[in-house]
Amino acid sequence: MSFSSLIRALNPAGVLAVSLVLWLGPNLRAQEKPYFVTYSHDLEEPGNLEIETKTALARPDASTRYGATALEFEYGVRGWWTSELYLDGQATAQDSTVFTGFRIENRVRPLMRDHAVNPVLYVEFESISGADKTILEVVGHDGGSDLASPNGVARREHKHEGELKLILSSNLRDWNIAENFIAEKNLGHAPWEFGYAIGAARPLRGAASDRSCTFCAEKFVAGAEAYGGLGDTDLLTLGDTSHYIAPLLGWQLPKGLRVSFSPGFGLTSTSLTRVYRVGVAFEFNQVANWFHSANGGTQ
Amino acid sequence: MKHSRRNILSLFSIALCSAFTFAAAIQSHWDHIPAKDHLRVNPLGGRSDAIAAGARVYTDHCAECHKTDARGDGHKRPSLRSEHIRSATDGDIEWFLRQGDLAHGMPSWSSLPTEQRWQLAAYLKSIQ
Repeated sequence: MSFSSLIRALNPAGVLAVSLVLWLGPNLRAQEKPYFVTYSHDLEEPGNLEIETKTALARPDASTRYGATALEFEYGVRGWWTSELYLDGQATAQDSTVFTGFRIENRVRPLMRDHAVNPVLYVEFESISGADKTILEVVGHDGGSDLASPNGVARREHKHEGELKLILSSNLRDWNIAENFIAEKNLGHAPWEFGYAIGAARPLRGAASDRSCTFCAEKFVAGAEAYGGLGDTDLLTLGDTSHYIAPLLGWQLPKGLRVSFSPGFGLTSTSLTRVYRVGVAFEFNQVANWFHSANGGTQ
Repeated sequence: MKHSRRNILSLFSIALCSAFTFAAAIQSHWDHIPAKDHLRVNPLGGRSDAIAAGARVYTDHCAECHKTDARGDGHKRPSLRSEHIRSATDGDIEWFLRQGDLAHGMPSWSSLPTEQRWQLAAYLKSIQ
């Protein structure tokens, strides 16, 4: 991918968000896992807003390279409830740059205590076009060929989908191990599609340093995730399904910036051969207080 | 088609209602610390390096709500220089950090490495 294509792949909304984040300067961080597809039971802290870009770079067989970005706004409504909005877009080399839709999701923890296995219920509504290439999940018989259509053709297809996930997640010693079971339904006329994602990650060092540092081991989180489709209610089989395995690396930078990277490798003939993912995140603390202050509140 | 859509909406509603019902049933559980956790001793307790590291963890994760002086905001974010913390054992503090109190806005810090929770507990004890 040429540099100009890469710049195009980082759609304007994503670039604007990252610029805003950098301009706003010092702020906090969070102990986040560098997963791109898998969810753990970590929710956003109440009142905090995290803005993150998740970019996928790949080249489907018989098509040109593309970069697709999901710009994510994640807000902690309660300690047990997190709400998110995604805005998706993509740029395909020798084709075009398009906005491909939005997603709204909610995650709730039904159990208030931390257990050996912690369930989280996930409900999402998607309104996206067929040109969406962010691969935030793989379900049914999704394959690399779905991503090969020219944007002009693919964007004519509009998908209104509901998605349910059961997230099971455990923190064992310093490891996080998470399993997601996905059921997705096109609200128009399609069977239920199923998928999975599993991930494991841990910081390179458990103890915090007593001095400020950028490159020390506790600032890095490493792990891996695997995800794929499990067929649908019309054809509940693993035939023609895509599966990926992806090492992960996350780095907590100063000023509350977090960067994550993951090269993903397709495991079946219908999968993309490789998918590179890059994430940039920043967390704004207690955004509700901004408005309280303006109104003469307690802050 | 309409029937199918209604079924899906019902399913979503049930999932959300279940979650809210469970959430409504929650209570503060500071008072329900298991005995084995209550008796745990901080392996890093009293060490100056652990206290200094705990101060950094506090700045990163706690100061936004509980304020840099750990005295809270006088409203929903309680002071951590309190009789409650003074009388708590090391194990009580580590357990509470791990569990949080999701119903009342305190996140679970089970995602923090265990050593960092003990460092934080050492720091909180040091400022009483």
